Amino acid sequence: MSSSQDAAARKMGSALARAETFAPLGARRLLVLGGIGLILVGMLFGDIFAVFVLHQNAARVGSNLAGAAHAALNQDAAAVQAYFQNVGAFLENRGTKVDAHVHMIDFGYLALLFALTEPWIAFSPLSKRRIAWTFLFGAALLPVDVFLIHYAGLAYSPLKSIGWASIFADFGGSLVLLATLSWLAGLWKHLRTTGHAGQEDQLMADRSAVSRLLLEGGALLVLLGLLGGTYYAAFDLYRHEAQDFTNLSQMAAGAAADNAAAVDRALADYGQLQGDKAVKIAAHAHVIEFGLLSMMLAFFQPYVSLREAWKRYWAIVLLTGSLLLPISVLLEPRFGLVAGGLADFGGLLVIIALLATWVGILRCTGSLDAPTFDFDGGRGR
Amino acid sequence: MSPAKRILLIGGIALAGWGMAHGLWYAVFAEHQALDGIGASLSSAFASAAQRDASGAKAALDQYRRSKYAYDRQVDVHSHWIGLAMLLIVVGIGLDRIAFSERIKSLLSIGALLGSVLFPLGVLLQTVNHGYGPRVLAVLGSALVFLALAGFASGLLSNSSDTKQSRQS
Repeated sequence: MSSSQDAAARKMGSALARAETFAPLGARRLLVLGGIGLILVGMLFGDIFAVFVLHQNAARVGSNLAGAAHAALNQDAAAVQAYFQNVGAFLENRGTKVDAHVHMIDFGYLALLFALTEPWIAFSPLSKRRIAWTFLFGAALLPVDVFLIHYAGLAYSPLKSIGWASIFADFGGSLVLLATLSWLAGLWKHLRTTGHAGQEDQLMADRSAVSRLLLEGGALLVLLGLLGGTYYAAFDLYRHEAQDFTNLSQMAAGAAADNAAAVDRALADYGQLQGDKAVKIAAHAHVIEFGLLSMMLAFFQPYVSLREAWKRYWAIVLLTGSLLLPISVLLEPRFGLVAGGLADFGGLLVIIALLATWVGILRCTGSLDAPTFDFDGGRGR
Repeated sequence: MSPAKRILLIGGIALAGWGMAHGLWYAVFAEHQALDGIGASLSSAFASAAQRDASGAKAALDQYRRSKYAYDRQVDVHSHWIGLAMLLIVVGIGLDRIAFSERIKSLLSIGALLGSVLFPLGVLLQTVNHGYGPRVLAVLGSALVFLALAGFASGLLSNSSDTKQSRQS
């Protein structure tokens, strides 16, 4: 066999292996496309939330807290209650949106991890496909319903403090948990099967330069995030908790003692504290999440049907955005809107790079499915 | 599948399931009540201040501090268990690219899994015990996670430089 024939045979073998593990509507394809789709929607939602809701919401919480403190100063207990109802509503609005953003992205990550481990799950393709659908349905249901909690409230709810949106969100979470446990059972079954031959998986064998760049870059980002988290836990966490309590105590004590200056000073300190806490936690969480994403995308590079130069370009864009966002978030208290804008731009870079990867994988599915159509004489599947 | 890979994959998926179960339990049975309690105690503190009742305000703020302390930790535990589980799975998948012997990989895997269980567990125990024990457990767990992951990262980087050198030669 000549070297060109050998290369052609290798290429055909690789394409066949890819077609087998990445079959149309197979569990892996569902999980990869669905997983990246979830991450993209979750990130886009997060970016829109950061630009249009986050800061405005924080300002409303601050002004209502100030209103409550001044109402206490004026001995108006009814107004205090009204202001705190507003604070509760704004915090719920913020909390449910953050939760929807975080859960959608994390479920997307889990979907990608399940896609990678799919060859080691000792169930039939049909069972794996059912588990994948269950997972994806639950993964979409939970964040959508968490988002609706603020708007649906307790309307028509049979329970005292939990509304229908929460009930459906919990149902979505149960489906995800069920799918995860089924996946674990499949992996366990694979390991218990004696003499089970290890399947060749193209994704595990890839050692391309882009794959290495994403894997190593991602690992460094994760380590950086862990270091940041350790620093926060060691030097800031307990100080922040103590200061939170002190500021609120000073507000209440200042109001009780008719000391308006003390109330205003405590309010200003409290606002600064909340900002400091929020940026440090956000930077820690985002750098680790982006690092993890980069590491996962490293394994899917054989499925990305783009030229090597473009793959490298998108990997660099992803890593740049992954570093720019957390650094800019950390600088927000000092540089204000400029740093905030840069953070949003960093998030956008990650979204664009991820979208490009998703398009590359879609192109791969197209090239895999097209020959089947031809061989069938145009009849398709 | 190597023992180290088994530890990371089985341990990671089991930990993710455990973290989800904990989160689901908390969301259904405790979270709404906790948030209502935090809001009510804060509101009560300021209402007491409006009535010039300093001791009532202090008692309500103490209640707020306790509820907030427990709530923050419960949420942290849920997110950290699942986040660390995902890290374990990713490292397990990429274990073949790490240039260490199987023995070292197994040791690092045990360390990473142990740390990923103990670190959030230590944080969770802080809600029932305010002493040093749970804090030490959390610090020990997080140190184990960090050292194990730093070890994996160094194995990954040294493997990569070896690959580059062999390609150049």
